[in-house]
Amino acid sequence: MKKKPNYYLYIGGALSAVMVLMIIIGFFWTPFEPNAVSAATKFAMPSLSHPLGCDNMGRDIFSRVLEGAGTTLIISVSTIAIGTAIGTLLGAFTGFYGGLPDEILMKVCDAITAFPSILLALVLVSIMGSGKYNIIIILGILFIPSYSRVIRGEFAKHRELNYVKNARIMGAGDLRIMFVHILPNIIPVLLPAVTIGFNNAVLAEASMSFLSIGVQPPDPSLGRMLSESQTYLFSAPWYAIGTGLAIVLLILGFSLLGEGLQRRNQ
Amino acid sequence: MKYIFKKLVSLIIILFIVSLLAFLAFQVIPGDPTTKILGTEYTPERAHALREAMGLNRPVIVRYFEWLKNFLMGDFGTSYSYSLSVKEMLAGKLPITFVLTAISFTIITVISIPLGILLAKFEGTWLDRIFTTMNQTIMSIPPFFIGIVLSYIFSIVLKVFVHGDFVSYTVDPVKFVKYLFFPAISIAIPRIAMTVKLLRSSIIGEMDKDYVRTAFSRGNSRDSVLYRHVLKNSIVPVVTFLAVTIADIVAGSIIIEQVFGIPGLGRLLVSSIFNRDFPVVQAIVVILAILVVTVNTLADIINQYIDPRIKLR
Amino acid sequence: MLDIKNFTLHFHSAPPENMAVKGISMHMDKGEIVGLVGESGSGKTVTALTIAGLINRRMAAFGGEILFNGQNTLTLKSEDMRKIRGKDISIVFQEPMSSLNPVLRIGPQVEESLRIHTNKTKEERKELALKAFKDVELPNPEEVYNKYPHELSGGQLQRVMIAAAMISNPTLLIADEPTTALDVTIQAQIIELLKRLNKEYGMGILFISHNLNVVRKLCTRVAVMHKGLIVEEGPVEDIFHNPKEDYTKKLIAAIPTRSRKNVR
Repeated sequence: MKKKPNYYLYIGGALSAVMVLMIIIGFFWTPFEPNAVSAATKFAMPSLSHPLGCDNMGRDIFSRVLEGAGTTLIISVSTIAIGTAIGTLLGAFTGFYGGLPDEILMKVCDAITAFPSILLALVLVSIMGSGKYNIIIILGILFIPSYSRVIRGEFAKHRELNYVKNARIMGAGDLRIMFVHILPNIIPVLLPAVTIGFNNAVLAEASMSFLSIGVQPPDPSLGRMLSESQTYLFSAPWYAIGTGLAIVLLILGFSLLGEGLQRRNQ
Repeated sequence: MKYIFKKLVSLIIILFIVSLLAFLAFQVIPGDPTTKILGTEYTPERAHALREAMGLNRPVIVRYFEWLKNFLMGDFGTSYSYSLSVKEMLAGKLPITFVLTAISFTIITVISIPLGILLAKFEGTWLDRIFTTMNQTIMSIPPFFIGIVLSYIFSIVLKVFVHGDFVSYTVDPVKFVKYLFFPAISIAIPRIAMTVKLLRSSIIGEMDKDYVRTAFSRGNSRDSVLYRHVLKNSIVPVVTFLAVTIADIVAGSIIIEQVFGIPGLGRLLVSSIFNRDFPVVQAIVVILAILVVTVNTLADIINQYIDPRIKLR
Repeated sequence: MLDIKNFTLHFHSAPPENMAVKGISMHMDKGEIVGLVGESGSGKTVTALTIAGLINRRMAAFGGEILFNGQNTLTLKSEDMRKIRGKDISIVFQEPMSSLNPVLRIGPQVEESLRIHTNKTKEERKELALKAFKDVELPNPEEVYNKYPHELSGGQLQRVMIAAAMISNPTLLIADEPTTALDVTIQAQIIELLKRLNKEYGMGILFISHNLNVVRKLCTRVAVMHKGLIVEEGPVEDIFHNPKEDYTKKLIAAIPTRSRKNVR
């Protein structure tokens, strides 16, 4: 059968690449100083010089969105790094060896994933406090179960395959089999999980900052900007729309990418 | 019956563990509630006296069982910030959040099930392709942004809805439900997209099974194969997903209440987290945990009636 | 009753030179038991499914004619074909466990063709279902009626499938490897059952199998299919004792010696 081109992969990849590239440029250069206040441009409509308009203090929204998205990106990437690293380690060992630790881990994962992650995040914030670094740790911990579950399943499956048995006959040790032989083979399964996790991280960070219990000032944040923009919905709707669209596009790009990667695996 | 009994026993065990965790989680918090309660009147002597009075010097396990006993009797403790019982503070908020959840859940179920069936029926056609692509996009929009866009369109542009004009159910139940409609839709939209996607792919997956061929071989039409044979099989994962959805709606309502200025459980939770008012946070978390676990158990029981093989697992 | 004339079939998904069925002709009289033998991929199952109109017409190109009681099932409107399926043509599939709907009780599944094709009431249908259960020698018909597929054994399920297939008294029963998934003793019982039902009710049976030995016990005539063609056809004993084609010889050689010697 003729294979249909994987549009999800191409469009998602392109959109994510553009977004990430813009954010990275934003780390070094933004069209305006994000915090520069100007009475002249208060509530300025979107224009060529201010593509997303200006806010209540005359600050350029586009520059501020870039900066806020930068924080979001850093938090999401760190979160994913923590979740994937610990989740992979846990999943690899329990999946490979099985037994009681495996069963306990899976029960714990089931229990944690049964609860909405935002609710658990709120509980942890109320215990540990908010702020950029706490958010990274909290979200990182909350993402461990979903990764360890995926990885565990794959390791349990690959453990029985012939190439692993061959490697064992050739005298490879357990650790070598797990991380040199099996791990590279499950990357196609891990990749979509990472992109979906990235989505959830962006969404969770934005939600928490929207509730003012996430990233705290002076760190810029898309969620908090969106929350502030609500006050000016009548006088400057572009403030909310621009900020919100930035969140949507960031999530959409990675969501399409994840869907595309999943379809490629099928 | 045996299956239901087994499920109920495990429900009780899980609830017990959850309550223990919820209790312990708030014991490891740095700082001492007496500091918060005494505020500017803090002296070490007064703090010590208060600790004695609150029973904070006793072993954790004793305090847990006392807390559990009180909780089961409906006594959720006293707020640190206001000298109100937590029960009083929750009383007016719970119905608001539960009505919001109920409306949202109804919208999701009523729209996504027919739509999922329709798309599966027209698999591969332009209708299916347009909706599937649209679905993937809609899933990426956070509910709070949908809420902002909806209130801009309907409140500022079309002026059919007054943002902030919330009326309590005790004052005017009809107006109350009307106000909750847009918040409920905001939570529902991305969830509808997800449910449609799941049901569609579940039906399409079932269509390849052997029993479908048998059903065709008996002279069933396409529709009767779908409605009499496939649907019952493909609804099982959807029921599980809808149970998770209820939990997610409640979680989503925490944020959407902020967007629409609804004084529900979510707003109380957020402000209590701000104020480090732990008895309130603890009570809300345990109540929501009970809801999540109960709804999941309910889904398992429903699924067991749909697919009798589940009993064997 | 069944007349296949120069039938060809090519799936659109397959390469052009790779036809599933390359032009076969065969004939079946009313009440006859004919075997269609060949290895997997020989085109025998595809042929059987096409007779019943179960191959999606958009997925393949068809040639020739398949005449069932004078009607060409290849060109019949799909609605008219639907009215034949389950009433005049019934099928018993290979895997009884997966061929029944796991979430529906046995009874309603067995009487389904009656519900679709007749105006019989619920009670009448149940009565006929219970009678069919007795016909296929299922113990405790009342109990079986209310059970779910996973509560029965493979052999019992295949009897259920046969009961469902014969309940509407079809002219043609297509049995697609009905015994392959079962163990040998139950295989023999199912064969005896089909033989008896054929004698009692006179329906024609097209028996599809890769096992020439099983075919020999049941059929009067056999057609051997290989790579989309019928390579040899004739009375079963003739083919057995005087195979002309190399392929048929190989099939016979594949039967364990003990059962080959064990001639009736």
